[in-house]
Amino acid sequence: MIAPAFRVLRPVSGWSVAGALILAAALLAGVSLGETPFGFVMVLKVLANNLWGAGYSVDPIDAGILWSYRLPRTLVAAACGAGLALSGVVLQALVRNALADPYLLGVSAGAGTGAVAVTVMGLGAGMIGMSAGAFAGAALSFALVVLLARAAGGGSAQLVLAGIAGSQLFNALTSFLITKSANAEQARGIMYWLLGNLSGVRWPDVTLAVPAAGGGLVICLCLVRAMDAFAFGTSSAASLGIAVRRVQIALIGATTLMTAAMVSLVGSIGFVGLVIPHAMRFLVGPRHGRLVPASALAGAVFLIGADITSRVLIPGQVVPIGVVTALVGAPGFALILIRNRRRV
Amino acid sequence: MLQAHDIGWSAGGRRIVDGVTLDILPGETFGVVGPNGSGKSSLLRLLSGLLPCAEGHVSLDGQRLTHLSRRDIAQRIAFVEQMADTSEALSVRDAVELGRTPWLSALKPFGADDTAIVSEALAAVEMTRMQDRRWATLSGGERQRVHIARALAQRPQLLMLDEPTNHLDIHHQLTLLRLISRLPVTVVMALHDLNQAMACDRLGVMDAGRLVACGPPGEVLTPERLAAVFRVHATSLRDPADNALLFRFHCLEDC
Repeated sequence: MIAPAFRVLRPVSGWSVAGALILAAALLAGVSLGETPFGFVMVLKVLANNLWGAGYSVDPIDAGILWSYRLPRTLVAAACGAGLALSGVVLQALVRNALADPYLLGVSAGAGTGAVAVTVMGLGAGMIGMSAGAFAGAALSFALVVLLARAAGGGSAQLVLAGIAGSQLFNALTSFLITKSANAEQARGIMYWLLGNLSGVRWPDVTLAVPAAGGGLVICLCLVRAMDAFAFGTSSAASLGIAVRRVQIALIGATTLMTAAMVSLVGSIGFVGLVIPHAMRFLVGPRHGRLVPASALAGAVFLIGADITSRVLIPGQVVPIGVVTALVGAPGFALILIRNRRRV
Repeated sequence: MLQAHDIGWSAGGRRIVDGVTLDILPGETFGVVGPNGSGKSSLLRLLSGLLPCAEGHVSLDGQRLTHLSRRDIAQRIAFVEQMADTSEALSVRDAVELGRTPWLSALKPFGADDTAIVSEALAAVEMTRMQDRRWATLSGGERQRVHIARALAQRPQLLMLDEPTNHLDIHHQLTLLRLISRLPVTVVMALHDLNQAMACDRLGVMDAGRLVACGPPGEVLTPERLAAVFRVHATSLRDPADNALLFRFHCLEDC
């Protein structure tokens, strides 16, 4: 029992130590860099004070900014990046389309509509209500997009086109809801949030984002072989012994949950789910055993970097993080299109 | 080892497979022939459990397929589809390693014995030298050989192939069929070329979803049946090299 377990863990352990170190470095950078930069020593002192009451003397205002604002924000950025990148990996494997990601397939737009509907209509209570609304919206929009793609002939191109139609529809619904029901102040807040915004993130948000991303990662890691088996299509996967329907439900459920959690917390952040998995395929290859952890890590690091950029790009002002990821993501998207064309 | 009892399947209000009863014997090479749209592919998919039977049932060594998990079936039956393709940048070896999927689990990861089985499968289809090539760079014949290697890496007792020689040039058709005939497993394959089908141990003839004949090729492919099912007039010739029986086909309208 111990020997096989060791055999499973040995090749994994070296990489996971390296991954944990990279993630820790990124988190540290995310906490210390910003409009008011803090030294690493200061960051470590504040962490030590709060984690085990080390009692170092630090400026209470700086410590407050660091612990109550920077750290939860950075943790949520990491969780969102990992969750969105994982969603991209899963959707690309399941629908066998290089362009699949929660943003392009309308899942993010549906989650936005659901969250806004809950907010302006005052349904549910606070964060849970909004996340539940986002999940319902995400599931509904994804189901609609898949049904439309089936009705249109079920090809890869049809799915992307259906995704675009779904995104447009749900974005329009969101705007309609805002115009109809929200007051001016609510409307401004929602529009800013929809562009992707980490400014309002506090500790309670961490308790939703980190378990969502962690749970999603665990489900994906359990199903890496199944995702590999989808390379030649669903019936090939079935002939390799994959319980296709069960795996699809588990993976799509995990993706929808992660996307909904992230959108309800920080709004709709595009391109992470699309660009990160492709960049990682380039680095670690197409096998999901490596692609899944690599994408989760890279997504987390990327979004922490994007968050830092959004804070320091214009002095005195925070650029919505969705703007930063799109500025990097759109050229990345163009590269994917060109590379795919060359392969054909 | 594989028995179909009165199986049927319909799609779009049309009977695709209609009341087929069939018994595949251990070790034999069983060919399924029939015109386009006669239900060959669907029959193979029903026999392998990829399609659930709407009527009747299929049993493998006495157990119904519906009572077995996909994983159990995949450890015993490997299926090679027509021209399954991928846009992933998989290498030849990656694609063949997929064949080990039904034998792996969290507690039994890919190990040295799996590596050996994959190498053996690659060698069987003569693709060892090309194991690091990317999927996108392979020709149609090479891809088909990789699919067969993937199926072999499953270590199945039964190998099912859906028109394996489709889209291949004559050299690759012949080498592929020779390869299949030398494998130490039971084979069920759909074929289009009736002369190639003559090399099977037994043939089943499909016509409009029904199995209209089943038996040794010489008894099944009679001129009358070829005229009725395939709508061709056939004359048989003897190859002077090895005295093998060959068909030459003519349009019925010309005779």
